[in-house]
Amino acid sequence: MAGTDTGTTGTRADAAAPAAAKGDDLAGLEAGLDALESVQTRRTPVREVLLKKVLPPLTAVALVLVVWQLLVWVKVTEEYKLPAPSAVWDSLSEMWLQGTLHEVVWTSVSRGLLGFLLALAIGTPLGLLVARVAFVRAAIRPILSGLQSLPSVAWVPPAVIWLGLNDTMMFAVILLGAVPSIANGLVSGVDQVPPLYLRAGRTLGATGLRGTLHIVMPAALPGYLAGLKQGWAFSWRSLMAAEIIASSPELGLGLGQLLENGRNNFDMPGVFLAILLILIVGIAIDLLIFSPLERWVLRSRGLLARS
Amino acid sequence: MAQTAQTLTKDTVRRAGDRSTTDSALAPAAAPYAARIEHVSKSFAGPAGAQPVLDDISLDVAPGEFVTLLGASGCGKSTLLNLVAGLDRPSAGSITTDGRPALMFQEHALFPWLTAGKNVELALKLRGVPKRDRRGEAERLLELVRLGGAYGKRVHELSGGMRQRVAMARALAQDSRLLLMDEPFAALDAITRDVLHDELTRIWRETDLSVLFVTHNVREAVRLAQRVVLLSSRPGRIAREWTVDIDQPRRIEDAAVAELSVEITEELRGEIRRHGRH
Repeated sequence: MAGTDTGTTGTRADAAAPAAAKGDDLAGLEAGLDALESVQTRRTPVREVLLKKVLPPLTAVALVLVVWQLLVWVKVTEEYKLPAPSAVWDSLSEMWLQGTLHEVVWTSVSRGLLGFLLALAIGTPLGLLVARVAFVRAAIRPILSGLQSLPSVAWVPPAVIWLGLNDTMMFAVILLGAVPSIANGLVSGVDQVPPLYLRAGRTLGATGLRGTLHIVMPAALPGYLAGLKQGWAFSWRSLMAAEIIASSPELGLGLGQLLENGRNNFDMPGVFLAILLILIVGIAIDLLIFSPLERWVLRSRGLLARS
Repeated sequence: MAQTAQTLTKDTVRRAGDRSTTDSALAPAAAPYAARIEHVSKSFAGPAGAQPVLDDISLDVAPGEFVTLLGASGCGKSTLLNLVAGLDRPSAGSITTDGRPALMFQEHALFPWLTAGKNVELALKLRGVPKRDRRGEAERLLELVRLGGAYGKRVHELSGGMRQRVAMARALAQDSRLLLMDEPFAALDAITRDVLHDELTRIWRETDLSVLFVTHNVREAVRLAQRVVLLSSRPGRIAREWTVDIDQPRRIEDAAVAELSVEITEELRGEIRRHGRH
């Protein structure tokens, strides 16, 4: 081998043979380095998930029930003010047996989800526009942020007057509550895209619309998802505000009306049940849809401490 | 290959079209240079008026040549690289490159929402490679940087050295004739850096790539390059140039590399000392 040839300047062709032998060395060296430095990821076993993720919240719920029952037993207040857990359970099973439970829940959930999807369809392009167009940003970013702090219940009276007592009015209230959250989430997601990604994208030829599609949107996804999560919470809260205030036979019976009916009939177990159902639906949608989505995105990017 | 040129001047951007895949089947027309930098100056607005960063830089990179730009902090070497990459415009002078150059950063700059393979494929897609060819080409490029098994790996699952190799595969996927490297190994540990030097030399010799490599590490500059260009600082000017007549593959600890490094370091220190005198 001519590995020690000297005298010629280092051109490419004259060292092809030794390069092959050296190449094997290098490949082995690299394989060793890669093996030493790679991170081993492992899936969490089911038992550990149950123990660390499921057990603590169940314990907390059980504790609340125990304290509640204790307060009832020591008669801390009159029974019509604080019903026993069993009384709330009874009104739940009564609704279940009458077959009205899933109807009431579905009326509200379908409204909430449809309203949320509408908010998504409006908030996403709006957020992108605010994030990418300087004039639009200067014009409406402060208003968008301000709208987030306005309680959406404030929109119910004008919505009723403008649109009447119907589903359209409910959707209007949801939109006014959720669109700013979704748009703001996307804007802060875009703002937090590391400039390095944009520069890397530009050198690869991703400019303009292609840059938005291939670089900006995927890079902004974590912030966007956080905005969606908050947008859902705002949708649900806005809807409940609207349902509690505006009731009419045409609107059908939702969870908000269930709560309001309980108040009118002095039916405290009914009121407790309605509040619990509103809470459970809010948590369930988050747990079933948004949290898994968010965890999947963060994990695939290595942004979760434990995977 | 179609003869393409991209010229950036103070007020015009001339780009004679990017190389497309259909053209690459044709015999390559020898361009006289991979990059031509002519009387380029650059100043940035500072608190005390325009601050000159680069002053009248002229430099040619020949096809297939490996040139390192060496300088202390503030010599504007990264600025110059950004100008060549087309990420910024010179204040005066012109830069012409043979097609759109590829650029590698000190940080790997891989997209964490894509796997290693998909990062490479995105570059292919943006270059206009049809979908059916992308997977195979991405695997070939990963193979070239010896990461054949890493196609489905997420960026965070790779070590620092592996990330820079994927970044190299992604840069190669642009099929540029000029690769710009902005201190790409500065953040790596010494062992990994040494290995990547060997790797870069091997890939450069196996392809017809020209490389313009920015560093503040004298040994690295001598280890890699055919030509070392020393920049002075504030404003950056070309201070001196060395041709490195040492056979590749070299090692960073070779006596010849050390000897030339000592000479260049002396010169570099002289440049730096000038700034302490006033």
